[in-house]
Amino acid sequence: MRAVAASRSLRSRKLKAMVSHALFATATLTGIIVLATLLVRVFMEGLPQLDWGFINSFPSRLPSRAGILSPLMGTLWVMAFTALFSFPLGLATALYLEQYAPQNKITAIIQTNISNLAGVPSIVYGILGLTVFVRWFSLDRSVLAGALTMTILILPITIIASREALRSVPSSLTTASYALGATQWQTVRRVVLPYAFPGILTGTILSMSRAIGETAPLLMMGALTFVAFVPGSDGLARAPLDPFTVLPIQIFNWASRPQSEFQDLAATGIVVLLVVLLVMNAGAILLRDRFQRKIQD
Amino acid sequence: MAERTAPQVEDADSTAKGVSEETSSSTPSVGAQAEDALHAGPIALETRGLSLYYGAFRALADINMKLPARRIMAIIGPSGCGKSSLLRCFNRMNELIPETRLEGQILFRGEDLYATDVDPTEVRHLIGMVFQKPNPFPKSIYDNVAFGPQIHGFSGSLDELVERSLTQAALWDEVKDRLKKSALELSGGQQQRLCIARALAVGPEVILMDEPASALDPLATLKIEDLMQELAENYTIVIVTHNMQQAARVSHFTAFMTTEGGGEPGRLVEVDSRDVIFTTPKDQRTQDYITGRYG
Repeated sequence: MRAVAASRSLRSRKLKAMVSHALFATATLTGIIVLATLLVRVFMEGLPQLDWGFINSFPSRLPSRAGILSPLMGTLWVMAFTALFSFPLGLATALYLEQYAPQNKITAIIQTNISNLAGVPSIVYGILGLTVFVRWFSLDRSVLAGALTMTILILPITIIASREALRSVPSSLTTASYALGATQWQTVRRVVLPYAFPGILTGTILSMSRAIGETAPLLMMGALTFVAFVPGSDGLARAPLDPFTVLPIQIFNWASRPQSEFQDLAATGIVVLLVVLLVMNAGAILLRDRFQRKIQD
Repeated sequence: MAERTAPQVEDADSTAKGVSEETSSSTPSVGAQAEDALHAGPIALETRGLSLYYGAFRALADINMKLPARRIMAIIGPSGCGKSSLLRCFNRMNELIPETRLEGQILFRGEDLYATDVDPTEVRHLIGMVFQKPNPFPKSIYDNVAFGPQIHGFSGSLDELVERSLTQAALWDEVKDRLKKSALELSGGQQQRLCIARALAVGPEVILMDEPASALDPLATLKIEDLMQELAENYTIVIVTHNMQQAARVSHFTAFMTTEGGGEPGRLVEVDSRDVIFTTPKDQRTQDYITGRYG
């Protein structure tokens, strides 16, 4: 009978819908559970040691006296310089490729290669940093050499993210600007950049988030694993040329020790790294929302 | 008819404004379409043997037409006949598309807009444009109108200019209390009038309108059409429209363009006063189009 047949097919369709729903939910849950386990473990092991003394002390051979001051400051210094270099460089490159470059073969090759560079393993950038910045430029194992290596590492991501943001500017707006007699620079300055800025900012900070967790390139270029001073301790002006270490290297250092006290310190270091990352991302979101509201008002 | 009596006033005006004599009384060879009505007043724009290429594709072929100053010229024709392309030639907007090439001349007050020493931004300063879809900037109403004057280094009172432009665009009363609010909060019709105000604020002499009401409801359309009539007292207006009733309602002169099909360039069939085009066109194709037998 027709009614029965119809209801059977309906039941099977409903079953399929339920199964697929459950499948997707499980997939999502798997990720969440793994992440939650990781976080709970890290926090359980790491939080007990987290206090002002830990933040404000240098690494030590004695777990009870060890702190994270120098790697934390090293990370902040390196990140500050990386932002300083990569933001203007990435934005200007994206602007050139999106707005100025002629649409020809060379541009296409450059664009493809930027995408490829974004996928190059970070250790390769470490070798590059070692050769170019540490040796050729004689920057030694300084904050500046580290920041420049990081800049090269994240530049492709910054460029790609900025280009996406620039491309999202509706052509009706640039056309309107040109039709009013604006030059290309006036159009870029007054229409394109304000519109794309939140997206560019988000992209830059996300690429910074990648840099902050990178260990391999800095190890490769020879960042120290044990530093008992803060960059800029003999004069802030000298800070860019001071040796440094960063949070992930210190965490790696502690985690590779056999003693369980150091394992716990590694967890505490991870908590600090996560907090720095969260603060950075929160800052990005706040800034983006401010600029977005500015656009809409 | 109003447009038949007006030119005498215009003539006196034209010498005062320095509109070139040779343009307004130019050779009749420029086209069989050149009618008395087109000669009577000063000419704002004139195309001579205009052809436009997008790469290898010829979009427009041998367009010869004159556009009388402070009149509304409507360009009508079926889709793909190149009427929008022609419009964009007048303010050199086609140059934003790569591989565009133009042959022939477009004279503005007797000067070739495409001469090598003419900068396209200067052309767009004098010849403004309003687009099919309202495209206000995501800025305040005030900043939208102030945009043009600011980029051209306007040094007078910006507040006054903004108010004057919005008043000219018949929008001032609706927005005077919320000038700092986002332009995107306005209705579609208001946005389009804001775009007109924005174009006026630059101080153009010609305003090009590319189907300015096709995205608007009938009431908003009517407002735009009324506005065009008012603006025609001071500005030369060129409107592209696929709406024949609109062309019949608003224009003083009408140009009919067509193409023989895909791949063929758009050609100008006939240009004349509106009444001639809509009652006694000379070309059979115009006749067919306006009676709805074609297009």
